[in-house]
Amino acid sequence: MSVVEFRIDRRSGVATYLQIVQQVQQALRLGILVEGDRLPTAAQVAATTKVNPNTTLKAYRELEREGLVEPRPGLGTFVSRTLARPTSAADDRLREELRTWMGRAHTEGLDREDVRALLNSVLQERYPDA
Amino acid sequence: MSDPSPWAIEAEGLGKKYRGGWALRDCSFRLPAGHICALVGPNGAGKSTFLGTATRLVEPTTGTLKLFGVPVSDPAVLSRVAFLAQDKPLYPRFTVAETLRLGRELNPRWDQALAERIVRSGSVSLDARVGTLSGGQRTRVAFALAFGKRPELLLLDEPMSDLDPLARHELSGLLLAEAAEHGTTVLMSSHMLSELEVMCDYLLVLAEGRLRMAGQTEELVPAHLLVTGVAEGGDGVPEELRRRHTVIESRVTGRQFSALIRPGGPVGDGWETLAPSMEEVLLAYLRSPEAPGLIADEARVGGPGEAAA
Repeated sequence: MSVVEFRIDRRSGVATYLQIVQQVQQALRLGILVEGDRLPTAAQVAATTKVNPNTTLKAYRELEREGLVEPRPGLGTFVSRTLARPTSAADDRLREELRTWMGRAHTEGLDREDVRALLNSVLQERYPDA
Repeated sequence: MSDPSPWAIEAEGLGKKYRGGWALRDCSFRLPAGHICALVGPNGAGKSTFLGTATRLVEPTTGTLKLFGVPVSDPAVLSRVAFLAQDKPLYPRFTVAETLRLGRELNPRWDQALAERIVRSGSVSLDARVGTLSGGQRTRVAFALAFGKRPELLLLDEPMSDLDPLARHELSGLLLAEAAEHGTTVLMSSHMLSELEVMCDYLLVLAEGRLRMAGQTEELVPAHLLVTGVAEGGDGVPEELRRRHTVIESRVTGRQFSALIRPGGPVGDGWETLAPSMEEVLLAYLRSPEAPGLIADEARVGGPGEAAA
């Protein structure tokens, strides 16, 4: 029994293998996947989502390269590291500050898309895409 | 012969001429084993003729075709290949069990357990007569027969075309899962371009009897860009774009042109660019049979990956 199911958005423009990589990373961050969990086999992914088995294997190789999973021959691919981080006091403080900031943006008359554009541009500045 | 060929299919100069003219012409490519490959093209493009040559139902006029390094003219090839024709020919008066028995008696490498598992996982009764089954169930039995043969190469002619969306989803999943389980190379012709995008990792595109594109999806699709900008000159496509890149298809709407191109280098700042989907790339090639084709190096006979002789 596998613990995650991948959802593939064919219109996103993001390569399918990358969507699987990102969903595993996200599941690891959220604690849906933890160390020792077994990822679905390429055949299982194919049966439920019609994703090409080679695509799934490519995603798993990428995750292995990142040190997040490890293949155990004959058994499957297993999560070898957990990304979930317990929420800390710093998280709460940052969230509160962001809430205040958004309140100000709202007062200044920025709409949802303006805020998103601003956030993305600062995010890109601080955390540039690899 | 002890060393298995890495190429499931190798075609060289393959052609077929009927009285009406060439149905398939000068077709050269190779398909590495282990891929799920889509065979795409409009009706009359030569897809069925090609599948016919691979299954010895059509004798080529020119060229050669090898499957796993063995010429198709050698009967030894037959046990390694399974073919499912578009109309999924089964004996309607046979029961499902009798149909599987036929498979068992005719195929030396028959895997009865596998065939029964495929049938049972769709809750098809072994005692049911094939003629009473739904389209999806019939396709399931046909898949059981094809996979029960334990082929290394499975050729399918529009396997999902007559199925309702539910059956199509279920059987596409079954096809991919079984192919993954047994490492089967699959070549399937289909018109369902958007579905092929996730299912297939290799592409063969035919138009007017000629091969237009061959190679891995992840290499072919990103080799293209959708460009839009201000229309110029005769047909709207700026001269500079045409000079530096390969334009596959273009059209003009008012003062704007849009084109699908194969960039020959960086595209200038004056234009908007977008990464096309596989469907957009395929449609552009199918609509423009005169545009230059694209055969990836790996898919070329004698290309890289083959031991240097």
